[in-house]
Amino acid sequence: MSVDLSLLPDGGVGWLDASGPHSDIVLSTRIRFARNVEGYAFTGRARDGERLRVLAQVREAVNAVPSLHEAVLYRLDELPPTARALLHERHLVSKELAGLDAQHPLRSGAAVFLADGLGVMVNEEDHLRLQSMRSGFALQEAFAAIDKLDRDLGARVPYSYHNEFGFLTACPTNVGTGMRGSVLIHLPGLVLTKEIGKVLASLQQMGLTYRGLYGEGSEVVGNFFQISNQTTLGRSEEELLDQLLRVVGHVVEREAEARRVLLRDAGYIIEDKLWRAYGTLRYARSLTFDEAMNYLSGVRLAVGLKLISSLSVYTLNKLLIFSQAAHLAFAEGRALTESETNLARARYVRRALEEEAGSVG
Amino acid sequence: MLCDSCHERDAVVHLTTIENNAVHQLHLCERCAAERGVETTVATPKHPLAEFLHQQVPQPNAEGMRCAFCNTTMADFKATGRWGCARCYTNFEAGIRELLRRVHGNHRHVGRTYRPPMTETLERAAALGELKERLRRAIESEQFELAADLRDRIRVME
Repeated sequence: MSVDLSLLPDGGVGWLDASGPHSDIVLSTRIRFARNVEGYAFTGRARDGERLRVLAQVREAVNAVPSLHEAVLYRLDELPPTARALLHERHLVSKELAGLDAQHPLRSGAAVFLADGLGVMVNEEDHLRLQSMRSGFALQEAFAAIDKLDRDLGARVPYSYHNEFGFLTACPTNVGTGMRGSVLIHLPGLVLTKEIGKVLASLQQMGLTYRGLYGEGSEVVGNFFQISNQTTLGRSEEELLDQLLRVVGHVVEREAEARRVLLRDAGYIIEDKLWRAYGTLRYARSLTFDEAMNYLSGVRLAVGLKLISSLSVYTLNKLLIFSQAAHLAFAEGRALTESETNLARARYVRRALEEEAGSVG
Repeated sequence: MLCDSCHERDAVVHLTTIENNAVHQLHLCERCAAERGVETTVATPKHPLAEFLHQQVPQPNAEGMRCAFCNTTMADFKATGRWGCARCYTNFEAGIRELLRRVHGNHRHVGRTYRPPMTETLERAAALGELKERLRRAIESEQFELAADLRDRIRVME
């Protein structure tokens, strides 16, 4: 059985459309709530039958939740690895839920409900991981959507809740609000001006943390960072959100300032570097994932600095997703070896840039 | 104290053996103990988070405790860094409170509160039942104004 992503509005990646605030610097904003359904052992400890019952109970409730009225259900436990990888590359499910993580084999009852900008993962580490995704820097909007979803769903499914500890989760680092807000941000200016170390260190002092493009355990590539709140307990959702809003707002300003400094003090060096990145993407015949990410980072900066004007941020965002291995294999209609993947990636990127090239230069 | 066998490393395993009715004390380092086939009881967490938590969780006599609902033990938690169910939070409450204080700097949830739907439904049913009983009494005692008011309130709730 294959996966039909065309059922999803915008293929589930509407949050990439670069329509949100500060979308030249911030790719997307996500908030997730971890919740468990009362009466069952947590996913990792539950038996197959229990997980299936959780899914059935949630499915029933989802039907009555207005914001999930048109949601599409994907049963990960019934999909082949290629289709699961596709959903993971689109940031619609976690690696753990997709069963792509050696530590966590695919579980029965693993599923995801996806609607426009919203998702509910079922039988992840916690029974429920509600998600809200928005383009650009839009924490409040993302919060409003997930808060509503949470209230609607929580009125139909009993969550595990403790008066002192709050919403109960499998991992003690998520307990309390169960809320993790994260902002996917592109910081080439701060990396090039070598300010990044200071900025990242200050994040930790402010109770925030950072990760790579794919969350926990993933490496930072292409100067993309995911900044999120570290603690989930002892502060209200609004306080956590407010802290993230202020600190990330400050990081966005510092990045913009770094970009201005670069252009002012090293104009032609930067310009040369970025056009070389563009040239490589436009003409290379083989690209590894890391290479593509790094050059895309350069071109993205060039677009942000208005050095390249005929290329849209949306196209670049799409390239980030669609030039990944599972997507390339999906487009080619067959499994690819690593070198074939690199060739397919270069071909894909070349065509995408060609299409938009027009007046570049 | 140095290892009785290699005399190089610190002894961490203290072995008491009885041979020919005589008690022998042997102090060994981990490596020499392993060579002699002595299993050390020092559990090494397999999960990076668990390793951190391992240092954080106070180690009282809770070691042998088992969650009545999901069978999770403290040792399971240390191996995986995950609790097995919601009841674990009650069963291991004291240890968890201390753990949360260290992980989050706090152990008290101050975010939004929640009441599961069951309770709400039950409470609503209970309130409705009470109103209906009062309505019955109001009609019996011919307090028609009160009865009309109660009837309106019931209608709203239904």
